[in-house]
Amino acid sequence: MSVAATQKRGFGSVLWDYVTTVDHKKIAHLYLFGGGLFFLIGGIEAMLIRIQLAKPDNDFLSAGLYNEMITMHGTTMIFLAAMPLIFALMNAVLPLQIGARDVAFPYLNSLGFWLFMFGGILLNCSWFLGGAPDAGWTAYAPLSTTSPGHGVDFYVMGLQIAGAGTLIGGINFLVTVVNMRAPGMTYMRMPLFTWASFIASILILFAFPALTVGLFLLMFDRMFGTAFFDVSLGGNTIIWEHIFWIFGHPEVYILILPLFGVFSDVFSTFAKKRLFGYTAMVFATMLIAFLGFMVWAHHMFTVGLGPVANSIFSIATMAIAVPTGIKIFNWLATLWGGNITINSAMLWSLAFIPTFTIGGMTGVMVATVAADYQYHDTYFVIAHFHYVIVGGTIFGIFAALHYWWPKIFGRVLREGLGKLTFWTFFIGFHLTFFIQHFLGLMGMPRRYWVFHSGDGLDLGNLISTIGAFFMAFGVIVFIINVILTARDEKAPADPWDGRTLEWATASPPAHYNFKQTPLVRGLDPLWIEKSEGKGKMTPAEPLGEIHMPNNSFLPFLFSLGLFVAGFGFIYQTDNKAWLAVLIGGMAFSLGTMVVRSMKDDLGYHISKEELEREAD
Amino acid sequence: MTENTGSNKIDSFHKKKNKEEMQKQLISFALMIVFTILAFVVVATGMMDKMLVIPILLILAIVQVAFQFYYFMHMKHEGHEMASAMIYGGIWAAILAVAGLSTIVWW
Repeated sequence: MSVAATQKRGFGSVLWDYVTTVDHKKIAHLYLFGGGLFFLIGGIEAMLIRIQLAKPDNDFLSAGLYNEMITMHGTTMIFLAAMPLIFALMNAVLPLQIGARDVAFPYLNSLGFWLFMFGGILLNCSWFLGGAPDAGWTAYAPLSTTSPGHGVDFYVMGLQIAGAGTLIGGINFLVTVVNMRAPGMTYMRMPLFTWASFIASILILFAFPALTVGLFLLMFDRMFGTAFFDVSLGGNTIIWEHIFWIFGHPEVYILILPLFGVFSDVFSTFAKKRLFGYTAMVFATMLIAFLGFMVWAHHMFTVGLGPVANSIFSIATMAIAVPTGIKIFNWLATLWGGNITINSAMLWSLAFIPTFTIGGMTGVMVATVAADYQYHDTYFVIAHFHYVIVGGTIFGIFAALHYWWPKIFGRVLREGLGKLTFWTFFIGFHLTFFIQHFLGLMGMPRRYWVFHSGDGLDLGNLISTIGAFFMAFGVIVFIINVILTARDEKAPADPWDGRTLEWATASPPAHYNFKQTPLVRGLDPLWIEKSEGKGKMTPAEPLGEIHMPNNSFLPFLFSLGLFVAGFGFIYQTDNKAWLAVLIGGMAFSLGTMVVRSMKDDLGYHISKEELEREAD
Repeated sequence: MTENTGSNKIDSFHKKKNKEEMQKQLISFALMIVFTILAFVVVATGMMDKMLVIPILLILAIVQVAFQFYYFMHMKHEGHEMASAMIYGGIWAAILAVAGLSTIVWW
């Protein structure tokens, strides 16, 4: 009945529902859509880069456009694709895994999404307004402070707004995990995905302020005449590199840790075994996070920090291989002797282990200071970080999407198409990036828009470009898969014979998640109930009223205000009349905050009778 | 009526607790004012060398922050373990960043 009613709703009403929603499951859809859109844009940029490098002395892209392309590819993929896709997974699954009805701050959750979305749109507006940022995704000074036009200004404002959204999201998940766990869900009973997301949220909390500060300094240097990074006025360009990597290195662990959690959950589900070394996995994750804050300078070995600083950061970096190794062996031991089902989610997870291990191995190679002088700024580094970010994060996101699609959208993705996506993407990925190790060792530098025919780099680059087309094909098949399954039958509540709490809810779950908060009796709570013959969770409370938050349009408006103010900031350097736009946008955002503070919004209650009427 | 049994006892227990709490708060409040005055005096009179004044000011500031956290924001009470872990984690990350910058760039 209710399903039929939702299907008959007009497009406008569905849109209004999504724009105003504070429900974590719908915000997950929004993050998935937003992150997916930017993933496609970043992918198109990657394809254009590979086409330019398909043959020597190519003139498919001009040199300037190529710089914009590599900058936007990196920035888009890290900040606007990987991060929001991870937030989509966290939003969709984390509250369910701990038996909560929603995140701790539903309103802030919505605000976080809209800040990300408007920040991403602002950044991408630069393509149509005189050129995108072209100083690399790291925006090193003085290249970024002296880059002409408004490209880098869009980078600064777009990332500042999107970064605020990320920070809000991270804090929200921290508070959710600390305060919203169901009765019996102790810390050491949380599924690994929840644990990893929790630790990644700590990293967000501590790392993103560094980015915020760095972007403010860059913004003031470019727009308001300060000289933090201007050597001729007593500034120091190296400070930007430090601040950027103090943020940037924890950032890459933010990108990978939640997916480590995904793989742990997928392995234990499809090997039908409790995760091997659960405690060791949790502490290895913490150790990676802890060490992640003291390795940032390994991005800067060739800057000239001196042998002492370089050695310290080199050893700290290599130390990270230890907890990572613990994790790899625990995953293998989880699989060992398991009753293994191999499906799309499992294929992505299995492929991750060797791929990520290669990335980790080249990571130790580039962490070796003396050798790094050879690798630095070559395609070897490109190959290394694509092996860890694509082989870890993107493989993990695909594994998670195949695994949790029934929970997110109530449909099971098709196995055949899923496997086709996997094999084309997997083969394409290794074709593209494995050869780049050798291109790098042969001396091909990063970020150059052409190579010459006499350089002996022709064949390697051609293979790399062919691989990129395989990957693009895989992504297209995935999109076809998504569209086709939209008309399929509704998925069962527990299609994979799952172990954790999210599989105790319907697919997709009711908007209040759990009619009665479940009682958790151990690690893998649903599996405990299954193995004891019950098959469903014992409620921890009698059926009663559920308090739910009201939808709100204010987060959208607040973010819109900052978006408009962003244009004001960028263009007031040309014409002071733009200050009106700046102040207007900020005032509008402030106004929405005042409205939010003044208006009592106490939410609503779902009555007990209403809950009793709904089928289980 | 039965549920009220012993409520007087609990009340007196809480009263005593609250009284002790109040005393501690007043003591730390007084100490914080003394520390602040001390800091002003040290700087205003110029009685000490700059090399000595800066560490003293820093120590006074750290003690005051600790008072603030533990007495006024109740971090010494039970159930604040996660909050303290987060705060110390954040302080650790900040110290690392500042120490890294000051030793590598500015020193």
